[in-house]
Amino acid sequence: MGERLVTRGFVGRRAAPERGQRVPPGQYVTDDFPVLSAGPTPRTALADWTFRIEGLVGQPVSWSWPEFSALPAREYVVDISCVTKWTKLDTRWQGVSLDTLLEHVELDSRAAFVVAFCDGGYTTNLPIADVLNDRAFVAHGYDGAPLSPEHGGPARLVVPHLYLWKSAKWVRGLRLMERDEPGFWESFGYHNRGDPWLEERYSGD
Amino acid sequence: MDPRTLDGNAVAGTLNEIFGVEMTTAVGRCAHCGNRAPLGALLAYVGGPGIVLRCSVCSELVMRIMRRPDGSYLLDARGAGYIRI
Amino acid sequence: MAPLQWQVATVTALRSETKRVKTLTLLVPGWPSHRPGQHVDIRLTAEDGYQAQRSYSIASAPSAQPLIDLTVERVAGGEVSPFLHDELVAGDRFEMRGPIGGYFVWEAAAADPLLLVAGGSGVVPLMAIIRHRAQVASGVPCTLLYSSRSRDDVIYAAELERLNQRRDGLRVIYTFTRAEPPGWTGYSRRIDMSMLGEVIEGTGRMAQAFVCGPTPLVEVAARSLVDIGLAASQVRTERFGPTGG
Repeated sequence: MGERLVTRGFVGRRAAPERGQRVPPGQYVTDDFPVLSAGPTPRTALADWTFRIEGLVGQPVSWSWPEFSALPAREYVVDISCVTKWTKLDTRWQGVSLDTLLEHVELDSRAAFVVAFCDGGYTTNLPIADVLNDRAFVAHGYDGAPLSPEHGGPARLVVPHLYLWKSAKWVRGLRLMERDEPGFWESFGYHNRGDPWLEERYSGD
Repeated sequence: MDPRTLDGNAVAGTLNEIFGVEMTTAVGRCAHCGNRAPLGALLAYVGGPGIVLRCSVCSELVMRIMRRPDGSYLLDARGAGYIRI
Repeated sequence: MAPLQWQVATVTALRSETKRVKTLTLLVPGWPSHRPGQHVDIRLTAEDGYQAQRSYSIASAPSAQPLIDLTVERVAGGEVSPFLHDELVAGDRFEMRGPIGGYFVWEAAAADPLLLVAGGSGVVPLMAIIRHRAQVASGVPCTLLYSSRSRDDVIYAAELERLNQRRDGLRVIYTFTRAEPPGWTGYSRRIDMSMLGEVIEGTGRMAQAFVCGPTPLVEVAARSLVDIGLAASQVRTERFGPTGG
């Protein structure tokens, strides 16, 4: 690699780097909400949409859209960080806690990991502790309006304490597992857990 | 339809970097539906953690590419039955 | 063929094409010439090492000179195009690699009639094709269907008019999506299947089509051309994403 040519006058879109506790290392704050995906935006009709919890549970459970929408939901205001280095502060969501969802199933004692599966085939994996105690929710609203398809609507997983690739868009359910099963990016060069505060971006970090 | 979709041609520079030759005219066969098309005609999704190339007929994953911090690339081409170079 | 390397490009000139569009002329020592339709990747580096990379289509026809033109639309709120428009001056340098791409390319030796479909700044790589066609005095029938917001947004308007007058088989058809010129009797809507059906009457179904512009326009046009009867292999697309490049 040769020496880098600095382009006179180029700064880029970043806001001034923030000091203090809110912005994880190596991140810059953005006011935008970049739309990034690994495939076409799915367009599942709400009449066909279901959310399922299956795997190591006593009985799998499934909600239709009207049923899911009726579940107790609350507002979450959280910061989100993408592994591509942008962080957005104070994003406002409306969603259902994973604690609420998991109350509807009987977890097998062997259930240690969760895989979130989505329209379009995307998956991501998490240890179960990362989704309990209000650490994760399924969002169906953003900024006071129904969650738009480009941002994962009708519903997406949001796990704010981990990099945003864990906040799976177009989520259709969770599978409880005994063994960890690396998801789409976790099986392809990215870190298995993805904690932005430890800069766990890549496998081997 | 996703307005952010690009063509494989948009990542021609990265493909050239990886393979060392021009790849957008190389013909690939989708392992899922069998469609054969130049890699330049695949649907490309960029800007996220990696580059994802999908079949323009069936939308299944043909190839994905990510860049490691040491500058090397990971390439998964399992979605291509073959690529004729 | 050696793999692409990042080189240093020097800005030698800038000129406005329209209110929102500028052409940069770059000097690239050792430039190996290019084929019409190819693009370059440019890389800008801030003092702290932050980098941004973008692709731009080459607007100029192949030439013996190590000079190329890039025509860039200023995207409001964008990270790179406002810098290229507002900050860059002659003498500035940045990194560039190219020419890139073999798929969205026209060879003058190709005998099929050409159908070029452009949306906004999607006209840029198609202009390289049109310029090369004129340069080699190719008699291949060539139709450009060009969608713009208004007449003020037509890039290369004077040059297209001049080439149109040469009566050498080039036909330029405009459509305006926001404001039509006074007395306009031509198309004034987004490109759709019905419009393409009419346009292709003059070109024939053996045409090789190149479609370039914002992704939604490209997808409508490409799907329409296939529905009209062109084979998928006859339609080459270059999507610019949501903002048109």
